[in-house]
Amino acid sequence: MILLWMIVLLMAGGVLAWLAKRWHPVLPRWIALFAILTDLILACYLWLGTPTAVTGSSPWLVRLEIPWVPQWGVNFILALDGLSLLMLLLTFFLGALAVLISWREISTKSGFFYFNLLWVLAGITGVFLTMDLFLFYFFWEVMLIPMYFLIGVWGHANRNYAAYKFFLFTQASGLLMLLAILGLYFIHGSQTGIYTFNYFELLETTLDPLAARLLMFGFLAAFLVKLPVVPFHSWLPDAHSEAPTAGSIILAGLLLKTGAYGLLRFVLPLFPGAALEFAPWAMLLGVVGIIYGAILAFSQTDLKRLVAYTSVSHMGFVILGVFAFNEWALQGVVMQMIAHGLSTGALFVIAGFLYERLHTRDIQQMGGFWSKAPKMGVIALIFVMASLGLPGLGNFIAEFLTLVGSWQANNWLTVFATIGLVLATVYSLRIMQKVFYEPAPTDRPLPDLNARELLITLPMVVLILWLGLYPQPILDTARPSINQQLEAYQEPEVEEKKVVVAEVPEVELGIEKMSE
Amino acid sequence: MSQNDFLHLMPLLILTFAALLIMLVIAAWRNHKIIYVITAISFVAAFLSLFELRAVTEYTIEPLLVIDGFAVFYIGLMLATALLISMLSYAYFEQQKEQKEEYYILLILATLGACVLVISKHFASLFLGLEVLSVALYALISYLRVRERSDEAGIKYLILAAFSSAFLLFGMALVYFSTGIMTFEGIAAAMSGYRELPMLLLTGFGMMIIGIGFKLSVVPFHMWTPDVYEGAPAPVTAFVATVSKGGVLGLLIRFFMEVDGFRYPTLLLIFTIVAVASMFAGNLLALMQQNVKRILAYSSISHLGYLLVAFLAGSQMGVEAITFYLVAYFITTVGAFGVIAMLSDNSRDAEQMDDFRGLLWRRPWTATAFTAMLLSLAGIPLTAGFVGKFYVLAAGVNTQKWLLVAMLVLNSVIGLYYYIKVIAVMFQQPDTEKEPAIRLRPSIYIASVGTLAVLTLLLVWVGVYPTALVDMIQSMFAEVPTLVAR
Repeated sequence: MILLWMIVLLMAGGVLAWLAKRWHPVLPRWIALFAILTDLILACYLWLGTPTAVTGSSPWLVRLEIPWVPQWGVNFILALDGLSLLMLLLTFFLGALAVLISWREISTKSGFFYFNLLWVLAGITGVFLTMDLFLFYFFWEVMLIPMYFLIGVWGHANRNYAAYKFFLFTQASGLLMLLAILGLYFIHGSQTGIYTFNYFELLETTLDPLAARLLMFGFLAAFLVKLPVVPFHSWLPDAHSEAPTAGSIILAGLLLKTGAYGLLRFVLPLFPGAALEFAPWAMLLGVVGIIYGAILAFSQTDLKRLVAYTSVSHMGFVILGVFAFNEWALQGVVMQMIAHGLSTGALFVIAGFLYERLHTRDIQQMGGFWSKAPKMGVIALIFVMASLGLPGLGNFIAEFLTLVGSWQANNWLTVFATIGLVLATVYSLRIMQKVFYEPAPTDRPLPDLNARELLITLPMVVLILWLGLYPQPILDTARPSINQQLEAYQEPEVEEKKVVVAEVPEVELGIEKMSE
Repeated sequence: MSQNDFLHLMPLLILTFAALLIMLVIAAWRNHKIIYVITAISFVAAFLSLFELRAVTEYTIEPLLVIDGFAVFYIGLMLATALLISMLSYAYFEQQKEQKEEYYILLILATLGACVLVISKHFASLFLGLEVLSVALYALISYLRVRERSDEAGIKYLILAAFSSAFLLFGMALVYFSTGIMTFEGIAAAMSGYRELPMLLLTGFGMMIIGIGFKLSVVPFHMWTPDVYEGAPAPVTAFVATVSKGGVLGLLIRFFMEVDGFRYPTLLLIFTIVAVASMFAGNLLALMQQNVKRILAYSSISHLGYLLVAFLAGSQMGVEAITFYLVAYFITTVGAFGVIAMLSDNSRDAEQMDDFRGLLWRRPWTATAFTAMLLSLAGIPLTAGFVGKFYVLAAGVNTQKWLLVAMLVLNSVIGLYYYIKVIAVMFQQPDTEKEPAIRLRPSIYIASVGTLAVLTLLLVWVGVYPTALVDMIQSMFAEVPTLVAR
């Protein structure tokens, strides 16, 4: 029931926040903050309350099953494993930050703003928790509308175009996934006579190769657009740069992760054969994304657009890792999801701070802020370094594990992916250079971070350091569910798997030494 | 007619009686409120009388009519819709200068015609029902006759409807000529011998499809739709979009199921082309509209295309899907036109984009209801439209109609664009503060506001918990022989 409460709390909080605007103008944000923090506490309680999961036992920590539309075999199934738990922690943490960052930024129609914010989070939470495909699609769509409003009502100048584009891209790809879900549903039904959307039962469907391929492409359509992978990425820079800061954080930090989560949770276990076939192409797309995103990021002058393209580059690592099909790479992917959520979220936060002070996102007009706003400079430096993959910060662990894993799957593509790290250094340093070090073009005063802004950024700094220095809890939490996703791939190579499992802690020790 | 016959026709008799009663009351004392109350009561009474018939398996009144679970459900749906429309009409017509009372007679008669359609099993009763519906609609569409576009709409509908009726009649004649009988099961028996349809019979069916297609406003018989939607008063438009189409669709399902038209590839091909063309034409033309009523008109064309996808599935699941979708579509359409009716004043309907600019900040509740309706039309979760679209897709996938299903998905995406456009307009900041229109006493709007609230709640309820409705449809249809056979 605790899982249901998390979603209900967000939804009810959203409605309440909307209504509360009438009673007092500051009530909505307090309600939103309270709802999200309660959820964060619940998720932490679940995390601390469960003993370190043992490999081999069932990875599912909590499960809830209520019949919903029994005629169609739709059940309200929520289930939590290590992967979902980590994603939830990220969701609520970034959600709380998004509320704090909007504290002053959103002055018009704040009730409706927090309503949308909480409902996006509710949709995301549902996506991470549900194990019924109908319900999954349902939550997948529930995320969209409020996000559309967040961009379309509170965004920057070109917001309508960006909101349309975001909505049409994700909706079109989502409908293809719906078709694939229906196809799977009927194939399973005709085989077993049981028509159900239950994920655990659909896992047992045997598919002929052609059907598997078609259905997989249906799912991939939704996830690759959301991730985004390069030919389908064009909605992302617009949506990210036009959204309000809170919207950008949620887009970059959470919505993209739903795509990665979908790949891990659905594509890998449901279509092992087809995924193996598609793997080289997917990895190629990942590498293209890494390099293409990096090059475009370098050539941007709009700070938010720049950060958006770095997301494209970073998400390339995710798809590279997912289709390497080994535990190293998948651990890397999970780390990447969390670390990217934090680091990119933080960069958007800083872009938001700058926009609030300067009313521009153009980095040509910035410069010399290191001396004017040293606190902001230090924090920006930390996250820029995280984004380029400096050891000691979370992203390094993520990219390192991903590359180690993908090396085992495909040497050449990994080499090219590594080039992406060099390019990351180039674009990341350019941010620091342009915004903080270069001589200022105008002599405008720039107030440094205030207490609220420090309250937002410092926890992120702490977390990204923690991820970089001691990632073991995260890896432990994620391991059982990762092995679960990989079950279909590992039967022929049981021995290798054991070796991999045994080696991981040693590697972490090495990293710790390095960063110290 | 036996007593049992009367009992089974009670809903129709109540409507007929109500129409007569209202005429007499008008003759004695013209009062809008009284007429309105009589109308509402008679719709409710007719609806309640259906509960007597809930458990009916199949009751025929030879040779014209048949009352079964299917018919009871459709009659119930149409009566409920007509009731909601009359609720929305009160405030709308209260501010008009014309004589308001006859509107209700016409509304009742049109509903009666639609109800006759879904219970008919003979060409004569079919035609009778269709004409009662059509003739009432001619007058309804141009009811507010001083308005600029109302004559145009009325005359357009009159000419085209008469024309299509002629086609339908000629088609019936040809079918009668080749089979020698006019009851549906007689035609089915005569046709069961054919593997391929003989030319004359096919021509007859083709002409009937023209007549039916006109009423359903599917491509290429859709030309009248945007003009009539635009010219007719908003509640009448809601009626044209829902009850009139629902009745004809019910008839089409019954006829096609009875004669098992799905065996003939030629007929399937015709319907497939019509479905795909309707989806595309409706959605693409809607993209270019600036008038909300015209957008809804084109959107209704595409929705009929979606419905035909489930129809072509031809399975029992397909019929359930159509019915479910129809319920969702009725709720949504009546709601959408209800909002338009509520925002309209006595000189024109609120149909321009400008009327909706910044609506969310001026009248948040109305705008929320309208947003919900539009999202439902677009098929977004938490609304009935989503579950309906899901059901239709499921029926299509189940019978492997991949082409149709793919077209449906593609069109849903196109469709999103213009629904979102209207929503985006409502969210814009209004440029100038509008003069608040002179409004009637708030108490007059109680019925409209209540109806809209009910519709919005229904929309969400069906969207979140469709189980009850699915259960009801399945149990009502379980006993219908022509459906179970499939």
